[in-house]
This record gives sequence, C-alpha cells and structure tokens, in this order.
Amino acid sequence: MTISQKIIAVHSGKEEVKPGEFVLAKVDLAFANDITAPLAIEKFKKWGCRKVFDKDKIVLIPDHFTPNRDIKAAQQCALMRKFSKEYGIKNYFEVGRVGIEHIFLPENGFILPGDLVIGADSHTCTAGALGAFACGVGSTDLAAVMATGKIWLKVPASMKFVYRGKLPAWTTAKDIILYTIGDIGVDGASYMSMEFTGPVISELSISSRLTICNMAVEAGAKNGIIVPDKTTEKYLRERTDKPYNLYQSDLDADYIDIKEYQVEKIQPQVALPPLPSKTIPVSQIDDVKIDQVVIGSCTNGHLEDLRLAASLLKGKKVHPEVRVIVIPATPEIYLQALKEGIIEVFIKAGAVVGPSTCGPCLGGHMGVLAEGEKAIATTNRNFTGRMGHPKSEVYLANPAVAAASAIKGRIAHPEEVV
Amino acid sequence: MKVKGKIIKYGDNVNTDEIIPATYLVSTDPEELGKHCMEGIDKDFLQKVKQAPIIVAGKNFGCGSSREHAPVALKGAGVKCIIASSFARIFFRNAINIGLPIVESEDCVRECEEGDILEIDTKKGEIDNISKGKSFSIIPYPDFLQELIEKGGVGSWFVKQEK
Repeated sequence: MTISQKIIAVHSGKEEVKPGEFVLAKVDLAFANDITAPLAIEKFKKWGCRKVFDKDKIVLIPDHFTPNRDIKAAQQCALMRKFSKEYGIKNYFEVGRVGIEHIFLPENGFILPGDLVIGADSHTCTAGALGAFACGVGSTDLAAVMATGKIWLKVPASMKFVYRGKLPAWTTAKDIILYTIGDIGVDGASYMSMEFTGPVISELSISSRLTICNMAVEAGAKNGIIVPDKTTEKYLRERTDKPYNLYQSDLDADYIDIKEYQVEKIQPQVALPPLPSKTIPVSQIDDVKIDQVVIGSCTNGHLEDLRLAASLLKGKKVHPEVRVIVIPATPEIYLQALKEGIIEVFIKAGAVVGPSTCGPCLGGHMGVLAEGEKAIATTNRNFTGRMGHPKSEVYLANPAVAAASAIKGRIAHPEEVV
Repeated sequence: MKVKGKIIKYGDNVNTDEIIPATYLVSTDPEELGKHCMEGIDKDFLQKVKQAPIIVAGKNFGCGSSREHAPVALKGAGVKCIIASSFARIFFRNAINIGLPIVESEDCVRECEEGDILEIDTKKGEIDNISKGKSFSIIPYPDFLQELIEKGGVGSWFVKQEK
C-alpha cells in the first residue's frame, strides 16, 4: 500500500484497502472556515444534532472575509463564534490570533503525521506535507463529520512524482508544482493521491513542502502527501508534544503512474489565465503589463516566501503604476517578518502589508481587481474572475517573480532586478 | 429519477469561481446564490436556464474550491441536472449531498448541441437525446443514492443511518 492507503486503512479498521474500495473512516481533525462553516452549521442544526463528536477535534477558522468585510461576512463569523460557544469548541480563533487555515494549522501543531484530516476547504490537501492524509470536502460532508467523527471515502489510487537534480536559481517549490500541473493538466490526478518524493523533496523545508501539497487539488487530486522524515520531526518538535504515527509507502506499492522530473529543466514558471496548468517559463512570456501584485495566500504566505520577495525589493521601489499587496499568512509569520526588518522593506518599497487573511486571492476583499486589470500573484488559482471582475486576469508565479514584476511593472524574471 | 428538458452547453473546466464568484459566499440561501450563478462566464445564463434547465459540459466540471455554494447556486437558479464528461471530486460529492442529480457521459456530451431536448433516467441508467433520436447508457445510481437525491440530499438519510 501507499502511505495514503495505509492511513485510510488504519482509520477504517482494516488491515488492507484497495483503490476504488469504499470505507467509513475515523477522522482525527475536522475544520472549516467562515465561508464553509456557516452552511455546515446550518445543516448540523437542521438534522437536529445535539453534540459534536469531539469538541477538541474541530477547529473553526475565520480567515476568508476577515477582518469582517461587510455586514453579511460579520454575520457569518458571528454564527461560527456562537456555535463554538454553544458546543464547547475551544478551537475557534479570533482575528489577531488567527491566520490562513492551511498554514495556521500546521504551525500550531494541529496537523500530525499519520492523521486523517478533513477540511471544508479545497486546499486542505496542504496538510499532506506533514505525512497526514488530508482531503477537502464541502459543508454537508463536514457537518456529517462534526456529528459522527466519520466520513465515507473511496480509497484513491496513487500517482508518484519523483524529483531529482539541482534546482536552478530562482526556481522554488511553487515552480515545481506549477510545472507538474502544467505537465499533467488540471484533471491530471483526478480523484487520486499525489505522492511527492525524491531527493529534491527531501531537501525542501516544511514551508516549501506545504506549498507543493497545497496545489495538488489544482490537478484534481484528492490529497497530496509527502512521507515524513527528519525535517518533519524537527518541525513537529517545535510545535507539539502529542504522539503521532509515521507511515511510509511500501517498496512494492502500486502506483497508477510514476512521473520523474530532472529539476534542472524547471525554470521559474508563470501560469497564464485562466488555468493553473497553462504554465510557461517566465523567460518566455511576452510583455505583460500588470496593475497589481499579491504576495501571500495559503500557497506562498510563508516566512521564507516573504524573505525571498524582500530580498529583491530591498532598497528598490515598486513601479509607480503597480499596487503591491503583501499578506503574511499568520500572526507568527507577521511578527517574525517584522523582527527581521522584512515588513519595513516592503513598506519602504511602496507595498502595503495586510493582516493575515485570504484577502484578494479569491476576490473577497483587500485588493479586488477592476475590469481589464491584470495581477501577478503567488496564489493558487487564476480562473476567470477569481480576483475580481470577470474581465480581470490573474497570472500565478513564485514570490521572486512577483517581486521582480512589482519593480518592473510587467511580468519579469528575478534576474532582471538583481 | 427522471429529468427532461432542453440543454445549455459549456466547455471543459467550468470552475467554482465561474459558477458562483467568491464575493457572493456570504449567503447560504439557494435563491440568493442562484441570482449570481454563472455570471462570470455567461451573463445570459439566468434567462437561458428558464427554458433549458439541463447543463451539458466537458471534462472536470466544478473544479476549484470546495464551496458547496456552487451546486446550491445551480440548484437555486433552476438547474435540474448536469451531464459532463467528468466532474471534479469535491463538486461531485457536494452535488449529490444536496440532491442535485449529476451524471457522467462522454458520448452524450460529444453528440449533443445546445437546445437539444434530453431525458435522463438515473434509475434505468439512460440518457435519451429526444431531438437527435439517440440513447446513451450511464451507470445507474445505486438505490441509496436514488433515495438520497429524491429526499433532497444527504441530511436526513445520513442521520437516519447513524441513529
């Protein structure tokens, strides 16, 4: 079995599971945000459920339209807050102490290797970077999990992605995953488990691994996963004292496909609108003038992402016709960036630094685009209208490309500004 | 369950940002969400769906976000059934869970045009393209899914199983 299949087997009380098999699995952690939780709470109440399966295993995170964008958004958070009190859910985190869920959860020790994690958000797959089986669902499924602590799953087949070689300058984890999605397409791993492995992955930080697993859903995957190693254990030591289980894929595990990449060939990528799979090397892009740059999100709002962007922006100015929005993913990242002088670099360059939120990534608030505007963003989706007006466009890239573009006023290679 | 009506046709990768832009996700009301359904890719959708309540689309329909508001908006706008070459997995679960029938048939998608009249029988496992006089077999829903959709979603069914 693969690591994903092993975790599912253990959680459904089976010795072995096979792809395609249906199981009823026990859930270790369930979470929702201010968009998905209200609908789940509505269902939970409608069904007449009196208690949640385990009040310590549910986390409610208001991160999408917070700080409250408008009255309706405020009402949604108020509903979550009330529900948390009523059902004794202590893991409701308020603005100021909350960050973007997929970075906030691992940072605070909620994600453990070997766990089965269900989140009402498609980017739940991010948590697979720590060796958990983590999979996104909708609100009704989440409501059923909150009530019973269980979920029915179809056991996914696994696809293996092996990365070897030496990463070129300016190529990051974001480029690895964009390149991979460009290779297999937005439904290239539909319903499957994407297992990322190889010497390149072993050398990556946990932040970078989170970036890779984050975008597994952009290839249609059920989950993304990386077998835990020493780097994982070191990360966990700083964040939790809870016990956990380390699984790895069997040497003779079945994979539906194995993709091997020599990373020397992967240049910094840009995904053209309107699909994350429309990737080209940034060096091949035409002259694309941009109106906005977004550096942040559950994909690239990590400290190392901010450090990278700041290394290019230090002592420079943002192009006069460009708005740059920087969003540290969590208060912990924000504070550390402040201590390191990174926030000052951004502000002096002419960028605005916002509170930890999903913000403009999904066109919610704090940087919505007007008709005809173009943005380059370190986010994960560039579908039509994603960041605002249906006739606005989003280009996806890594934080270095975003920072270089901020200076040039057009999509630019980092080499152009160093 | 049987659904009959005219179709509206779309291409591949119709995603959740197009089905219901995130800015409207401050409501859970099907009618309210329905008002903005598909506005990003088809501004005439709400007019069209009145006469043509069946959507036929290419592969990977519903890709993107986990927002259950997407199938809720489609249902709220009056969509009775979706046929696609394939569906993104979270959308598939969400649609079934809220009682919106959706079926996969590459052949049917390839061989129909906007405005055709189709009849879908999820129990028998068949789609009839009445306009073209052609039939396509689909995998019939198992009984529990049939019941679940007829009851309007997973809620009452799931809770009943657990009690």
